[in-house]
Amino acid sequence: MTIDWNAFTPYTALGGGVLIGLASAWLILMNGRIAGISGILGGLLDQTSGDRRWRAAFILGLLAGPAVWGLFYTLPPIEIRATTPVLIAAGLLVGIGTRYAAGCTSGHGVCGLSRLSPRSLAATLAFMGGGFATVYVVRHLLGA
Amino acid sequence: MNKLSLSAFAAGLVFSLGLLLSGMANPEKVLGFLDLFGNWDPSLALVMGGAIAVGLPLFTIAKKRTTSILGAPIQLPSKRDIDRRLILGSLAFGIGWGLAGFCPGPGIVAAGALKSGAFVFVLSMIGGMWAFRWLEKRHRPAN
Repeated sequence: MTIDWNAFTPYTALGGGVLIGLASAWLILMNGRIAGISGILGGLLDQTSGDRRWRAAFILGLLAGPAVWGLFYTLPPIEIRATTPVLIAAGLLVGIGTRYAAGCTSGHGVCGLSRLSPRSLAATLAFMGGGFATVYVVRHLLGA
Repeated sequence: MNKLSLSAFAAGLVFSLGLLLSGMANPEKVLGFLDLFGNWDPSLALVMGGAIAVGLPLFTIAKKRTTSILGAPIQLPSKRDIDRRLILGSLAFGIGWGLAGFCPGPGIVAAGALKSGAFVFVLSMIGGMWAFRWLEKRHRPAN
């Protein structure tokens, strides 16, 4: 392992993290809900649930972010190198996996760890491990 | 739009701006973090650290309350079990995350930035969530 000092952006990473933490704390303190994006989206797909309005509003807020950012600054780079078949496979795995695990990077990683939940720590270690292993295989064993 | 929806919209918007500022809406940057055995970009660890540093005290307050400031019940997860569903689901999620560099939030934000690849990812993710629902209904018809 070598640290890529050129790519490392400590200040914007911390600043962005603080905004994410504030947004998550806002949703629990104002709405009483966990800012878990897979859970919010999953619940939105459930026609029988009676709480779809706040879920839709949260997702709209996520979608509106780049447009609001664009009013003040140029948008930071969003580089997608994955091919369409890989994006489809990745999307299916992320969709099924996060619903079985009842959470993703936000629900388990940010909110769960902030609540000091051992269950969320286990989930976070598992998806981080899965991610590290996958990139190792793709970049260093397959050399893609 | 009622108060709760407006509040949720604001939370989603700030969350989105945080993902953009931190660089986490960029899959290449996320993959730089997941490439632990290559040229490693530690940024994502600081994003999580910053979020949790703010989250810890504020979630501690939330845990002590039963109703939110806007009067809604505070709904914290009650599950404690570390079971196969949690671990295998998280592993599957991690593999998908490592393949494209997208987790749910950044995928939706990149779709908001009108990136065509993000639309493919998000629609497939919704497909995966539908597949989960279908599998759950098949195995647990009582629910």
